[in-house]
Amino acid sequence: MSHILEVDGLFKSYGATEILKDINVSIDKGEFLVLVGPSGCGKSTLLNCIAGLEPITGGAIRIAGQDMTQVSPKDRNIAMVFQSYALYPTMSVAKNITFGMQVRGVDKATQAAKLAEVARQLQIEPLLNRRPGQLSGGQRQRVAMGRALVRDPALFLFDEPLSNLDAKLRVEMRTEIKRLHQDLGASMVYVTHDQIEAMTLATKIVVMKGGIIQQIGSPHEIYTRPANTFVADFMGSPAMNLIPARAMPNGTGSVIEIARDGADPLRLQEPRHAGLTGDILLGLRPEDMHEATARAGEALQGGAVRVDVVEPAGADTYVVARLGGKEVTSRLSADTRARAGQTLDFGFDLSKASYFAPDTGERLI
Amino acid sequence: MTDATFTAPTQSRALKIALRWGLYLMLTVFALWYLLPFFVMLTTSLKSLEEIRTGSLIALPREVTFDAWRTAWSGACTGIQCEGLQPYFWNSVMLAVPAVMISTVLGAMNGYVVAQWNFRGANIIFALMLFGCFIPFQVVLLPMARTLGILNIAGTIPGLIFVHVIYGIGFTTLFFRNYYVTIPAELTKAAKIDGAGFFRIFWSIFLPLSLPIIVVTVIWQFTQIWNDFLFGVSFSQAGTQPITVALNNIVNSTTGVKAYNVDMAAAIIAALPTLLVYVVAGKYFIRGLTAGSVKG
Repeated sequence: MSHILEVDGLFKSYGATEILKDINVSIDKGEFLVLVGPSGCGKSTLLNCIAGLEPITGGAIRIAGQDMTQVSPKDRNIAMVFQSYALYPTMSVAKNITFGMQVRGVDKATQAAKLAEVARQLQIEPLLNRRPGQLSGGQRQRVAMGRALVRDPALFLFDEPLSNLDAKLRVEMRTEIKRLHQDLGASMVYVTHDQIEAMTLATKIVVMKGGIIQQIGSPHEIYTRPANTFVADFMGSPAMNLIPARAMPNGTGSVIEIARDGADPLRLQEPRHAGLTGDILLGLRPEDMHEATARAGEALQGGAVRVDVVEPAGADTYVVARLGGKEVTSRLSADTRARAGQTLDFGFDLSKASYFAPDTGERLI
Repeated sequence: MTDATFTAPTQSRALKIALRWGLYLMLTVFALWYLLPFFVMLTTSLKSLEEIRTGSLIALPREVTFDAWRTAWSGACTGIQCEGLQPYFWNSVMLAVPAVMISTVLGAMNGYVVAQWNFRGANIIFALMLFGCFIPFQVVLLPMARTLGILNIAGTIPGLIFVHVIYGIGFTTLFFRNYYVTIPAELTKAAKIDGAGFFRIFWSIFLPLSLPIIVVTVIWQFTQIWNDFLFGVSFSQAGTQPITVALNNIVNSTTGVKAYNVDMAAAIIAALPTLLVYVVAGKYFIRGLTAGSVKG
């Protein structure tokens, strides 16, 4: 029982509406689990179930090997940070942080020592006597984290803690949470709808949709080998291109045929996989489509495609073209020669490609 | 064109000032209009009977005398007793203060439960309580009389307190519930994880936030209970009657010449506590302690 958290066949419904269906996930000590998905996918409900704030309909939740299914939140040895921070408005920052210890009857000296330690860690010493109403968003966020840190729990739970902050502060706090995780070696479960947050923070990502887990894996796995078109589309920005194509067996590999406007279809050799036939979706990240000359010398296949739109974004330039009847975005270098309305020689890095069934959206290979 | 652009602002400023004066004038007229009855009451209460009979209704008293006030407080006859309003005033205090306190506390607890602890049927219970606000007083008179009889508190001040608490719970629950639903549910969740229980969360987190709504509820309940006549007259007996009933008796039981000055003084005395509550508590209410605190 080395798992710090195990969710075992969890079901949750409100009346007849099933919110969570057969959720199975576990993490080891020190892991950073991120639950990600669009709003309404059940990720926050799952977190509340883990916290014990929502009763579950079926299955079991174990924390540090102990069955917590019927245990009240306060006895689960967890701490939680909320989206709205949920600081007690009439208490000072210091009281906010020590309230939990006070309730549990921790002696005054220990309270003061822990408060001082956490205040130093989060650099909120000057704020201790203020009220939450007198703090900025970022400061409130720190206090909310301080309240969780003093608990020194087996498991930290974060419910979209950064979504009320402005973009710049969000990036700063993200780094800070990551640093905190590294320093403490704590186990964390973190809910977000922001796939970049998920990628940067997680050691393990759970992608959810409609109360069902779509994929569990490391950020790298999720990014490079998405389990279905939903995950492929949801994770990564710009999203993975899903290009309608036809596959034919060809010796030990396959030939992928992609329709293009105003010219013969593109024919690409896929040497790795022999089993592809019929209609497929070719999943290709924007950065795996190159300007042919930029990667000269490598075995990139490709062809000329007419460019529709060129969007310079500073470090990169996004180039939109049409392939297989769909808009396809590629991430090219800032000094690309691509011009709207002209053709450009693309090279496709098929070693990074994913293939999906067009009807089910499931990953083929 | 240039002239027009130069003169237009001056014109509009003059217009603005005129409108402002017009507004103040109108407000003054309205204020005087509403104050007129009180003015008549006050001046009449300070006149002697002789002067009332001979003078004009709205004239200032020629000779200020507090005799009528003294009589109203401690000498006017309510039926056969002639002790003035004094004993009944204290009856009303003994009735209103506990009734307001109990109904406010119960309303706060109810509101907290209905708003923040979603249990099965919470909405139905709240709807039923809300319904209680709209039951006319007359409908409950007979059942209530029977209930008070069974409880053996008929005709007593505790009996009246009971009636007002029961009748007030609907309103006080409504007030507190509507206030507490605006407090994010995450606050309760955070406190639960911190280990606080039902009463601890109420006491440490919700009650300190509640001053504005407590003031509103106290004003409302005190005004209702102090001014109540129907329950007072129905469920009291000699010696436990509230001030409103005594006032009615004073005004109706004079024989011979009507002592308008005493009636007016008695009416003002009966109304003073509610006025006082508005003046004292209204100030706290306006200070509004909510600003920015709940979102914190």
